[in-house]
Amino acid sequence: MSIQTPMVDISPRHIWSDKNVIALLIGIVVLVPFPLVFGASQEAIAIRVMIIGILGISWNIMSGYGGMFSFGHAAYFGIGAYSSSVMLVNFDISPWIGMLVGMGLAALFGVIIGYLSFRYKLRGTYFALATFAFAEMLRIIVMSADALNAGVGYHIPLITESSWWLMQFPSGSPNYFWLGLTLLGASLLISILFVRSRAGQFVIAIREDESAAASLGIPVLKFKLIAISVSGAVGAIAGVFYTQYYLFIDPDLAFGASRSIEAILAPVVGGVGTIWGPIVGSSVLAPLTDITAALLRNPPGPLGFLEGRSGLDIMLYAILIIVMILFLPKGIFGTIKEKVSRK
Amino acid sequence: MSVSQVSNSDVDVFDLPSDSDRKMLLKRVAIVVGITVLVVVLAYWRTGGSGLLVTQAIVTGLLVGGVYSLIALGLTLIFGVLHIINFAQGALVTMGMYATYVISSNLGWNPYLTLVISIPLLLVFGGLVQILIINRSMGEAHENQLLLTLALGLLIENTLLLVFGGNPLSVRSGPETVYNIFGAVATQSRIIAFLGASLLAVLLFIMLQRTGIGTAIRAVAANPTGARLVGINVKRIYIITFAIGAACAGAAGTLVVPFVSIQPIAGEVFNVTAFVVVVLGGLGKVVGAMFGGLIVGLAEQFGGIFFPDQSNLLGVFAVFILILFLRPQGLFANAS
Repeated sequence: MSIQTPMVDISPRHIWSDKNVIALLIGIVVLVPFPLVFGASQEAIAIRVMIIGILGISWNIMSGYGGMFSFGHAAYFGIGAYSSSVMLVNFDISPWIGMLVGMGLAALFGVIIGYLSFRYKLRGTYFALATFAFAEMLRIIVMSADALNAGVGYHIPLITESSWWLMQFPSGSPNYFWLGLTLLGASLLISILFVRSRAGQFVIAIREDESAAASLGIPVLKFKLIAISVSGAVGAIAGVFYTQYYLFIDPDLAFGASRSIEAILAPVVGGVGTIWGPIVGSSVLAPLTDITAALLRNPPGPLGFLEGRSGLDIMLYAILIIVMILFLPKGIFGTIKEKVSRK
Repeated sequence: MSVSQVSNSDVDVFDLPSDSDRKMLLKRVAIVVGITVLVVVLAYWRTGGSGLLVTQAIVTGLLVGGVYSLIALGLTLIFGVLHIINFAQGALVTMGMYATYVISSNLGWNPYLTLVISIPLLLVFGGLVQILIINRSMGEAHENQLLLTLALGLLIENTLLLVFGGNPLSVRSGPETVYNIFGAVATQSRIIAFLGASLLAVLLFIMLQRTGIGTAIRAVAANPTGARLVGINVKRIYIITFAIGAACAGAAGTLVVPFVSIQPIAGEVFNVTAFVVVVLGGLGKVVGAMFGGLIVGLAEQFGGIFFPDQSNLLGVFAVFILILFLRPQGLFANAS
């Protein structure tokens, strides 16, 4: 992959001695009391960090570790969001089951476009354009499919009580945070286990030198498709969580190009091809939106004319991306990791 | 990596095909024309024999297609020389629109007259972008430059959103005259946009073929190392190329202002169609982009006829994916 990715450490044999797994467990334990300490507005920011983080983890598996640059990750996010909403709204099926179905469909979709793309030898820029085209096609099709509520989208029906089974809580409930923490933890665990696995190591080998990997007898196509399907499944988780938190989804929110861009931003800022990069990136990016929104609601003196305007957050994202690529191409976490391991 | 392989192996990046290829090319053009005729006949049948609808689709498609050609020309030029897909191309179109809006509404200029500002403005802006941002990452992985142009596009769009707000703005150039072409109607502003875009595209093509700078640009596209060896300043050519590519987008933005609503995201639709045009015509192929624009303009209109309930873009994407898989080197390129 482009943004130079450090080679992964040789994984220890036993999973409990893997330092990423230990860090994940410690992180979860430390974060559990978060909603009890902080208020509802901080929780809203934390949940956006989680959604962007999960989406970034998903992108990172395929494009960071797998080296297949995706510019259409909205497809997986949207498939997850729509699977669970359709099943919940039309058939009263729990979003947990909807999530599993969505993950399956997203993985399947990934395998199909991956197979087609590699069958016709699309790579690099062409592959990125193909992923973009597929996500846009999904958006356009859903936009005019009456069976999927076309452009109107889905409102998740409100329930009065709290329900883990229906994945819905009163707004500001700490349960949303714990739900997100569970899903984020699961996504991170999937990504850690994938990178540790044989398949993950093969995928990295293919990224580093595809013809060398093929000449060693690694079935390249198979492992590329595995990486895409794992990535797609994780992307669907983000879509389901998004829908259950905001209780609304429409074709633009689900499949729009800005969702695909969002999937890329966090790993690039945090560190492409590292386990923790996406979550570091989203922890930096997501709060920026709130900080700038607060600033624009009540801008200081000379900037008074900007009151009530929007766009500043994405401007900062964009500047951050440009600065990161020019000066810190390994991302925040990637750079720190490299500094530490060099000592 | 394969991208550069594809375009490096084609030495004729910007040149007209040599005699030996001409037969092949003619054959392919014939196939494309044949498919187009077939689509037109099917469309005629689909509309229940309404010749007017089909004529209207052809006229509208070609007129819009001319603008697509100009935008795609900038995109394909940048790709041919720098091997970058410029994801900011649509945002640069938007910049052209806002430049026209600001000048036209503040100074009362005729919108078309603002071309004398919007083209130089985008030339300078494109050059600066290349100097300050993209030249620094040349030679690194393609994804880095892709992300840079992506971020640049976001930066432009959201700066415009911050400064002008998200409400649609418009510039009127006086009352619209409607012309009748074989029964189909075409507004004056669309005809002017088509003629203006075609004129600029042809001028650029001549400039690439006939001038010293044009020759240098083609030399860098065909073989950067060789170009450096004969004394061409490659980084300077990169700057000039990006500047010209941006100016194409800016000029297109000005030309479409009278009939689109000016919004920060107005350029996105042009971004999407320009990708399609460029892939259709063959990445880095100037003539391909010019014809590709017309084909995509038609695909959009005929998509509307075949799938009346769907967005026009569905037809465009269907063509896009087919081309991407079946002929990623473009319709008019040699099989490699």
